[in-house]
Amino acid sequence: MTRTFPKLIALMFALGVMAGCSSTGETQEEGAYGSDVSAVDQEGGSEVYGGDGSSGVSSSDMTAEERAQESAQAEAAAMRKITTFYFDFDTSEIKSESRDVLVAHAKFLSENPNRSIRLEGHGDERGTKEYNLALGERRAKAVERFLIVNGASRDQIETISYGEEKPAVMGQGESVWAQNRRVELIYQ
Amino acid sequence: MMRAFLTLVLAGVLAMPAQAELLIRITEGADNALPVAVVPFGESGGISGDEDIAQIVRDDLAMSGEFAPLATDKMLSLPSKGDDVYYRDWRLLGQKYLLVGQLSPANGGKDVKAQFELFDVNQEKRILGATATVSAKNLRTLGHHISDRVYEAITGTKGIFSTRIAYITLDMEDGKRIYRLNVSDVDGKRSQVRLKTDEPILSPAWAPDGKRLAYVSFETGRPAIYIHELSTGKRNKIAQFPGLNSAPAFSPDGKSLLLTLSRDGNAEIYKMDIASRKLTRMTDHWAIDTEPSWAPDGESFVFTSDRSGGPQVYRMDANGGDLKRLTFGSRYNARPRYSADGKNIFYVHQRDSAFHIARMNVDSGDESILTRTQLDESPSVAPNGRLLIYATQQGSNSVLAVVSADGGSTYTLPSRFGDVREPAWSPFVN
Repeated sequence: MTRTFPKLIALMFALGVMAGCSSTGETQEEGAYGSDVSAVDQEGGSEVYGGDGSSGVSSSDMTAEERAQESAQAEAAAMRKITTFYFDFDTSEIKSESRDVLVAHAKFLSENPNRSIRLEGHGDERGTKEYNLALGERRAKAVERFLIVNGASRDQIETISYGEEKPAVMGQGESVWAQNRRVELIYQ
Repeated sequence: MMRAFLTLVLAGVLAMPAQAELLIRITEGADNALPVAVVPFGESGGISGDEDIAQIVRDDLAMSGEFAPLATDKMLSLPSKGDDVYYRDWRLLGQKYLLVGQLSPANGGKDVKAQFELFDVNQEKRILGATATVSAKNLRTLGHHISDRVYEAITGTKGIFSTRIAYITLDMEDGKRIYRLNVSDVDGKRSQVRLKTDEPILSPAWAPDGKRLAYVSFETGRPAIYIHELSTGKRNKIAQFPGLNSAPAFSPDGKSLLLTLSRDGNAEIYKMDIASRKLTRMTDHWAIDTEPSWAPDGESFVFTSDRSGGPQVYRMDANGGDLKRLTFGSRYNARPRYSADGKNIFYVHQRDSAFHIARMNVDSGDESILTRTQLDESPSVAPNGRLLIYATQQGSNSVLAVVSADGGSTYTLPSRFGDVREPAWSPFVN
């Protein structure tokens, strides 16, 4: 009865580990952007299960094929609720846990050519501002390339880097910095 | 060693209305600071304005880290001209130098004239006697001018007390992030807001004439580089290409800028002739190239590149040739700035998990770390090469800190509210 999205749950777990590790002794204040963004991972998680319930139209005359298709669609829709992608320090390499979600976005964009997105690249506060601007751009462009390779069109994507200017979470410490090194995908 | 943590919060600051007023806090003086007595200036006739000229001079000299001014209440006599000086009084107090002076109204009270004299106490000799006149509204200008004259007479090096700093503040107002570009005296006083926007402002850079600032503003929603004429407030948007528009740096002749654009794919350094807006591409590499800074002779520039795998400092000839990597000491070295004499570069250097400001002698490659704070950014060198201003973290806020270029004394300039960041020290202004 309960549909499971194994990949998605694995992903939630991976992100949840990071977002949830508000370890002791580190200052964390919610910034202007913090409430939006840090919630993405966790509320994204609860949305997933909500989505599961609402789409639980248990009808017996569905074929197994239809059921699989519907399940796949629901999984893809749930995945697209994840719009923040994280990076390691001083890298622009897309993490393995981001890939399936980005493929879902790319597929949606290729199926909906009139939709467009904005990719905002960010870095943590460490290091220098102008280098971080360039690094944020490189992250946004890495995501852009990945989406294009997976079916999105270049015309659908706009990129901008804010460097370290718009942290998702205020404060210091690796758990804060990890949440600030990111690309945000915003549907226009 | 260091004289420990003399905290000095200037009076009167809280009464100032300016949002971005900075408080000055001297945390460490140099161990060999010279004792100097600055006697309260005498006044003849009515002087309007409530600035204490002698106190401005004392604060300036203390700020340099090279002087230890004597407190007024310790003084045994209060002469205001050379004839009234008894050297014995000052020798008893262990003073090496003595400044006395008096103020009088000039130009029908519109101006103030200062006569001042500096004495070497041990040699019992007058080493400076001068007068200066300013508008009565600009007594702080007069104080800084006297500080410059005293500093130069004693050290042989030009003083920086009449120069200015540009910096960015970030405040939360009604749930919005508000950025301001400010220009103030080097002691943080007389700050003026030059630009306010709710999108980021970055990378203020002075033109060599001290009259224009270049900077990056996101006020249109996308980054653009502006040149801002300070006396008129007139601005020119000189670059808004697709992608990055970042890190402007004026050439020593003021006619061109180095800047970082990604219009051809990724972050590269370009030179723009300001009059014609003509661009010349200087770097060509798939890695990030950014944060350029001209050598004072205009023959070469330094910049940050991660072509080796992480950010490191490189040097390139002005014609684009002779690329040379300069830093090897750690995995993160970035945003280099030349000293005024071109002999050293100052840059952000990672050691373990901390980011410090380091100095390297360009010829020998000798490197030393100047700061003990962490998360240090944006070094900018004073035009006389003696002091370095940078941004660092204090509690949860970003503050400005000043350290002597040899790593000795320090002071900080925290904003009363919010963050203050990205200081840029002006050139000498005549």
